[in-house]
Amino acid sequence: MILGVSIYEILTVSTLVFFIGVYGFVTRKNLIAMLMSVELILNSAALNFVVINKYLFPGNLEGAIFSIFIIAVAAAETALALAIIINLYRRVMSLNTDELETMKY
Amino acid sequence: MERIIFYILSIIIVVFAGLSVVNRNIMRSIIYLLFVLLAFAGLYFMMEFNFLGAVQMTVYAGGIIVLYINSIMLVERINSPLDVAKLWRRILAGVISVAGAIMALFAIWSYDFTEVGDESSITIQDVGKSVLNYGEHGYILPFEVISMLLLAAMVGAIVIAKTKKRNAN
Repeated sequence: MILGVSIYEILTVSTLVFFIGVYGFVTRKNLIAMLMSVELILNSAALNFVVINKYLFPGNLEGAIFSIFIIAVAAAETALALAIIINLYRRVMSLNTDELETMKY
Repeated sequence: MERIIFYILSIIIVVFAGLSVVNRNIMRSIIYLLFVLLAFAGLYFMMEFNFLGAVQMTVYAGGIIVLYINSIMLVERINSPLDVAKLWRRILAGVISVAGAIMALFAIWSYDFTEVGDESSITIQDVGKSVLNYGEHGYILPFEVISMLLLAAMVGAIVIAKTKKRNAN
């Protein structure tokens, strides 16, 4: 645990980052920018796992390993989503969510 | 000392997360996201999860950000600013986010966590033994599932992104 820092302060930071990500996900209109907000949300969730592991169950490893899995899943998700976005840009020539009305071809 | 560093890192995280969400230049906002991820890695190092901090720095700050920058440069016109949502939509999103944050913070601060002050540090050997162990507290099965998932995602990304050349129309 971090010396002199309580669990409440770290959970406050992760909560703020989570809701900043939610705000970005709702307000952004570009697909890549929306995906970046999802990264913020995933990171705050991973920080929650790590903090609760460290402060409430030290000696266990579940939170840290789950965070590693979260990072791996986020990498897979990002690669796949960016592939889909590039493919979509080839068809529609735009990434604006208002102009992406059809996913079929 | 640790407290000061923690507060500096938290301010970096919150400020740059907000900037990366509202900035209209997508290249700048991806660099702000990079700062946020590095500060997260700093928090992991402060909590002595060294392996997790290293994974965060290499996979997230190294890999995913480069992937984003590459696809932005392939796809986006960098100099044209991003569209912003309508004003009422931004206000609505802000109200929803602030209300949710207040609710979650109220729930967190009113809950009584019993902190266990144990100073045992976790080494990389512990993480490796736990990941490759099939007994109790072993995670060999999720590890293999994750490896299959990464392989499938890689193949899928290649198949999706590599389409036929566009026709002459």
